[in-house]
Amino acid sequence: MIALGQFLEVLIGGLMSGVLYSLVALGFVLIFKASGVFNFAQGAMVLLAGLALVRSLDLLVAWGFPVWAAIILGIGFAAVIMAITAWLIERFVIGPLVNQDALTLFMSTIGVTFILEGAAQMIFGSDAYPLRLFPTDAWFLFENLFPGGILVNKLDVWGGFIAGILVAGLAIFFERTKTGRALRAVADDHLAAQSVGIPISWIWFVVWLAAGLVALVAATVWGTKLGVQFSITFLALKALPVLIIGGLTSIPGAIVGGLIVGAGEKIAEVFLGSHIGGGIEYWFAYVLALAVLLVRPQGLFGERIIERI
Amino acid sequence: MLRNKLMLAAAILSGGAFASPAAAQNEQFIPILSYRTGAYAVNGVPYANGVADYYNLVNERDGGINGVKLLVEECETGYATDKGVECYERLKGKGPTGAAFINPLSTGITFALTEKTTTDKIPIITMGYGRADSKNGAVFAYNFPLLGTYWSAADIAIQHIAKEVGGVDKLKGKKISLLFHDSPYGKEPIPMLQVLAKKHGFEFTPIPVTHPGVEQKSQWLAIRQNRPDYVLVWGWGVMNGTAVKEAAAVAYPREKMIGVWWSGAEPDVTPAGDQATGYKALMLQHGAGKFPVHADIEKHVYAKGKGASEPGKVGEVLYNRGMVNAMLGVEAIRKAQEKFGKKPLTGEQVRWGLENLNLSEARIKEMGFEGMLKPIKISCSDHEGARDGRVQQWDGKGWKIISDWYTANQSDTEPLVNDISAKYAAEKNIQPRDCSKES
Repeated sequence: MIALGQFLEVLIGGLMSGVLYSLVALGFVLIFKASGVFNFAQGAMVLLAGLALVRSLDLLVAWGFPVWAAIILGIGFAAVIMAITAWLIERFVIGPLVNQDALTLFMSTIGVTFILEGAAQMIFGSDAYPLRLFPTDAWFLFENLFPGGILVNKLDVWGGFIAGILVAGLAIFFERTKTGRALRAVADDHLAAQSVGIPISWIWFVVWLAAGLVALVAATVWGTKLGVQFSITFLALKALPVLIIGGLTSIPGAIVGGLIVGAGEKIAEVFLGSHIGGGIEYWFAYVLALAVLLVRPQGLFGERIIERI
Repeated sequence: MLRNKLMLAAAILSGGAFASPAAAQNEQFIPILSYRTGAYAVNGVPYANGVADYYNLVNERDGGINGVKLLVEECETGYATDKGVECYERLKGKGPTGAAFINPLSTGITFALTEKTTTDKIPIITMGYGRADSKNGAVFAYNFPLLGTYWSAADIAIQHIAKEVGGVDKLKGKKISLLFHDSPYGKEPIPMLQVLAKKHGFEFTPIPVTHPGVEQKSQWLAIRQNRPDYVLVWGWGVMNGTAVKEAAAVAYPREKMIGVWWSGAEPDVTPAGDQATGYKALMLQHGAGKFPVHADIEKHVYAKGKGASEPGKVGEVLYNRGMVNAMLGVEAIRKAQEKFGKKPLTGEQVRWGLENLNLSEARIKEMGFEGMLKPIKISCSDHEGARDGRVQQWDGKGWKIISDWYTANQSDTEPLVNDISAKYAAEKNIQPRDCSKES
């Protein structure tokens, strides 16, 4: 018999975890939505941003800067690193491949992944670096209703809050700004966008920069959760089923997909996994994703592509 | 950081990896399977540095082993079994006599290589890891799980818990969970813990964590509901630090967590900060700290700019373990030279050296390892050689030893070793050696 309190705790914990997956998935969506490129390097970008932040933060604190100033300067430094990365990727990888097919662009991002992973660790180190930007303890809610209460981790709540702000900001950017509309035009057709005077190099730099900044935001939350270390790149694998479910082009879809994956995998692991040996959550997320693919190949919120034949 | 990496490259080169053909005729080749990249690099790097520095010390201070210089080459496995096998195949025939032995630093790679190394007659040293049944050298002639298997570790952990709860008889009815890396490594202690659970009457629950272990919320919510009296942690890499943080998040007392010796190094606790205070782990005899051998390394290796590690990390738990591992291999070669001559030896000859290795307290002191190791004696029937351990606890700044020495009960482990190794021998058509006739 499953206790209601336990079920609610697992459900809430799963939904919160899902939001953290969404933070990584948003970077994928952003680049795909604006350039049609599936950016395999998003996990490596989270690692690079996290390492740049934590290493500069440690250095600034060691130099005697107050923590608040070190955080601001550290975030600024990491943002600059992500801007340089965006420029390098646009200048030397994506730019020269303009008008190539999607598979070529995708393969190029696999190359970028390995370069970023190697360079990030070579420059900033390959240890596990603690990052403490958010509280990581928990609230225990409704203790009068359920024995032991329902555990809600404060870091997860912060993650949800940040994801909400990101989604709102990105929605406004895409819908209400000239650059956002230009991004969508470039995604629809590179050549057509160029022909009406949209500077494609600038647009692609902007979108990779935006994805880099989203990666930085994800790194602040995941770095606090895990410590900044190489394993943070594995988050890209957690984001894939989120993208399949939510759709590659939808920012709200990334959030909803994250919620479904997070809640689904946690409930499966706790209540089903214990009966079949456990360790099922990693692949169970892909079971959910495949189920959605069969019914709605473009994802729950993805754009339906209709082509005349 | 860049400087350190260049220094590492220099150290490896100075180890003789690119020695001239004439010089190479009197060199003993030792491959180093390491992982300096990937999800487990956090733990793999300090270990590999300890190994590299010790081999370098032997060359720099002693001119090799009785004049035979060590020729080493690292191969990056990324802790992946396929890459580990690839590294082994590439390196096993190098040097004038082939690889002296192999240290895969992965139980998964150990399982994959066990038959190959036997066929190739190259010993596989798995110090503190690998197949627990390979303690039986009569069946596993080329496997050497030196200093302690996971079954010994499980036994020591339960002994410590028994001591904390007030005696072995108090274990009855207690709940003990095993949070394990879902891999051959993490699964290895399960049969022993099941035996011990049956013997002592505690409730045992294994809880798998999928590689690499970045997401453990489900497992810790289940632990919060089940409320075990103790959680044993059999993790590696990011899984360890994440376990400590998740335990803190669900308010599970870190004092009730006991990690295996691969879950008790500095990178396992520092990411969790203050939340790791109180966390305990087994020691594969040694812990962190500097001993006389470190002074030699600083004098003969680091002073010459040939050290592999950042100097501040010399003496950390995994650095020391890499050093001990390298030392045992070197001493096995030295022992084999007593029988086969002071020249580069084959893997088969080094296997004899390993099987007849006998490090006394005096010899351990002479080498500068006093305080890190107890005497170890390997034999045909006992490829483990020693099964002693202690328990350490993280106090927020460093590891503190909190227990006396424990010795794993062979009365607990031996029946399982004999049973599982006999099944392996039957399955592979291996005729166990008669150890009374081995010398």
